Amino acid sequence: MYEHDVIVVGAGGAGLRAAIAAQEAGADVAIVSKLHPVRSHTGAAEGGINAALREGDSWEDHAYDTMKGSDYLGDAPAIETLCQRSPYEVIQLEHWGMAFSREEDGRVSQRPFGGLSFPRTTYAGAETGHHLLHTLYEQVVKRGIEVYDEWHVLNLAVTEEERPEDRTCHGVVAYDVATGELSGFKARDGVILATGGPGQAFDHTTNAVSCTGDGQAMAYRAGVPLEDMEFIQFHPTSLPSTGVLISEGVRGEGGILYNAKGERFMFEHGYASNDGELASRDVVSRAELTEVNEGRGIEDEYVHLDMRHLGEERIIDRLENIVHLAEDFEGVDATKEPMPVKPGQHYAMGGIETDENGETCVSGLYAAGECACASVHGANRLGGNALPELIVIGKRAGYHAAGKEMEPAKIETGQRGEYETATIDSPVELGEGGSPGDAVADGGAVAAGDPADPDTVLNATVRAEQDRIDELLNKEDGVHHSEVRSKVQQSMTRNVNVFREEDRLKQALRDIRDARDEYQNVKVMDPSRTFNTDLLQTIETQNLLDLAEAITVGALARREFRGAHWRAEAQERNDDEWLKHTMLSWNRGSPELWFRPVILEGENKTYEPKIRSY
Amino acid sequence: MSTQPPQQETDESTAETSAEPETESTSPGQQKRAAQKRERANASAQRQAEADAKAKADEETREIKVFRYDPEVEEKQEPRFDTFHVPFTKGMTVLDAVMYARDHYDPSLTFRHSCRQAICGSDAFFVNGRQRLGCKTQVSELDEPIRIEPLPHQDVVKDLVVDMDHFYEEMESVDPYFDPDETPGNDLEEQRQSRANREKVKMSTRCIWCAACFSSCNIAAGDNQYLGPAALNKAYRFAMDEREGESRKQERLETIEQEHGVWRCQTQFSCTNVCPKDIPLTEHIQELKREAVKKNLKFW
Repeated sequence: MYEHDVIVVGAGGAGLRAAIAAQEAGADVAIVSKLHPVRSHTGAAEGGINAALREGDSWEDHAYDTMKGSDYLGDAPAIETLCQRSPYEVIQLEHWGMAFSREEDGRVSQRPFGGLSFPRTTYAGAETGHHLLHTLYEQVVKRGIEVYDEWHVLNLAVTEEERPEDRTCHGVVAYDVATGELSGFKARDGVILATGGPGQAFDHTTNAVSCTGDGQAMAYRAGVPLEDMEFIQFHPTSLPSTGVLISEGVRGEGGILYNAKGERFMFEHGYASNDGELASRDVVSRAELTEVNEGRGIEDEYVHLDMRHLGEERIIDRLENIVHLAEDFEGVDATKEPMPVKPGQHYAMGGIETDENGETCVSGLYAAGECACASVHGANRLGGNALPELIVIGKRAGYHAAGKEMEPAKIETGQRGEYETATIDSPVELGEGGSPGDAVADGGAVAAGDPADPDTVLNATVRAEQDRIDELLNKEDGVHHSEVRSKVQQSMTRNVNVFREEDRLKQALRDIRDARDEYQNVKVMDPSRTFNTDLLQTIETQNLLDLAEAITVGALARREFRGAHWRAEAQERNDDEWLKHTMLSWNRGSPELWFRPVILEGENKTYEPKIRSY
Repeated sequence: MSTQPPQQETDESTAETSAEPETESTSPGQQKRAAQKRERANASAQRQAEADAKAKADEETREIKVFRYDPEVEEKQEPRFDTFHVPFTKGMTVLDAVMYARDHYDPSLTFRHSCRQAICGSDAFFVNGRQRLGCKTQVSELDEPIRIEPLPHQDVVKDLVVDMDHFYEEMESVDPYFDPDETPGNDLEEQRQSRANREKVKMSTRCIWCAACFSSCNIAAGDNQYLGPAALNKAYRFAMDEREGESRKQERLETIEQEHGVWRCQTQFSCTNVCPKDIPLTEHIQELKREAVKKNLKFW
């Protein structure tokens, strides 16, 4: 067994920042990650980091834009924390040497981004995430922070009290990819999940193959609620054949969207008469699909994004990476012809419920970054707001886990304070099925000895995971996980996309139910203990099943149109009924739906919901 | 072990796919593409049934030969090549091809991959005799059969997976972190950097640690302690950054000037030729040599 004060799971932006902060606060910290840190998907972020740095801008304006962008489903304390701290964290990155793009006077450049009232997005070419990731990893190397890379975390060691709010997390169980060794990692002070989003629940996604929402699924099964899972951002400019992302920076620099008739539809068809291409992402994605559905798409599938008029010099200076991506993945020379683009799954606004310090309702368990929901982004994330969340909330989670004194959070977690319960209108049985409360089906630990003793909990979790692996490897016959996975991915893209209808959402739940049943017979074909990616992907597929179901249940429950979530049956935002977060608790295998009111009271003002137009 | 797909299974699965009803939300373009894809899959399955083991893949499939090795599995302990016929689709990359082979023919086929867009640096392979990123290499540009091997000069863990530890050690041996002589006292005050200087270090900061250069370098192959092109490029990235200050730069030059440093480079340009991010590695190494000479003259 390995032992540290703080264990960080995942080594993207949030995980690395959390680890640095925890070490700064005096903790013995270790990072456990299924990928080497520089392979993390933070590296694929292109556009930038929003921070109110300059005269004429203010954190209050950034907060207002973010709240408006969230369609009034972000929690004000989280949004204000993000906007107040982002300038400090961006300059911290600069002090650590990050290669930001620069102005003539040598200061960090900023550019306009969708939904922003000020050109507030700092950037490093069109590869901001790459530079952020490498800069943070450099600091981890400098500090000698221990990294267990290619150790795949399979489960959390959490005590078994009846209410999740009474449980404690004592560590994790991880699998050494190279050798097949399974080991407990005891965390004396805290575990921080920084495992990224669940993009692989969809088949047309900008996300990496590794984005399987592992941390979300593990936290969910340990009793932590998943929050606002229905809010999935579909990025308006992904390449049609691969889902590769074309940065919003292209539109920020002046790129224009055209339909098949050569119309600049964002203006000409009135989708966003003021902001046009730079309206919020959900607005642009719906506009594109409406154009296609009404017969004005190109090849009835996509629209064109044109940046030729920017001139080669400016393109190469600020968007060079885009030219390479269009060339390598779509065969288009973007300096000479427009790029084909269509909406693709890009980001999950929802995730593991936390407060603004990254703490969950389970004691000693934290989450930060895309896997978490603080909630900064509410119903729709603005471009350039994901990276600041990594560094702001990541740092706070690191400090808090390491025991640094911090202001108590204003956001409540778990079933405490004000909340209401609800029932789920599902055509099929949800969750694990079979016998609810079965600890093995729960992936949980069957404790022998004192159930509160950390070592007992950890050892029992290691044994349960060993049993799971043995079962998967030793099955005589069965289906391969890739069949199960691709069915769910296709159903999600078909039925839980930009435009959502009740019948289709129910169809998705049926498909997920079938997939869960098939998964009972899943078999790992590769018998090896050496680098068995077949085994690990099979386990990831189970995580995706949980998350696809959570996304769809949320989408079915929310009968209104808010932010990224559009419903055919209720095409307007309904503030009287729906100014509340969708919460889903695993409840030992049978998902339980409940709601918590959104917090619109900020430090100095209350955010009044207004009509969201761009 | 046969690497050919069991014929019956392939037939069943393609039949199932084509029976699937189209839905409204799928655009006609997508439908067309899907239909074409199915047609191709069907056609290739039929042809594959007819083809004997020696048959060259026809227009609709591509033949890949993949290196296989697993120290733990008896029939894979002796390294060998497995042949797969993969249905070809427009835009297919080498990574797509090995993923297809894994998901449809042999789930034990093992390789690292993640982002699919040439930024995570996981999938550098030795393809038709050259280091390339699998996700960035079009199948259509390669001669058949396409030979896919793990990166040379690194220990093979399994199939296409190599042990990266030595590469990481070299990367981390050059103090690969920003370390300025001084930092502004104000938490909100940035260090200034000229556009020209940012431009100077820009290419060097693009490195994705894929190790293609390191694997291509003859010197690194012969001298296990040679820092190698990627680590030297990392040193260049900081040594040339005007924000770090002169004294740190001199220290960095000492690091790269050591016995197994820049002077080992014989300017063969193999690293530059294989770099998937077009980093002028050899030039950077040459520039470090010049800087080192200048430094030595100064202190002489």
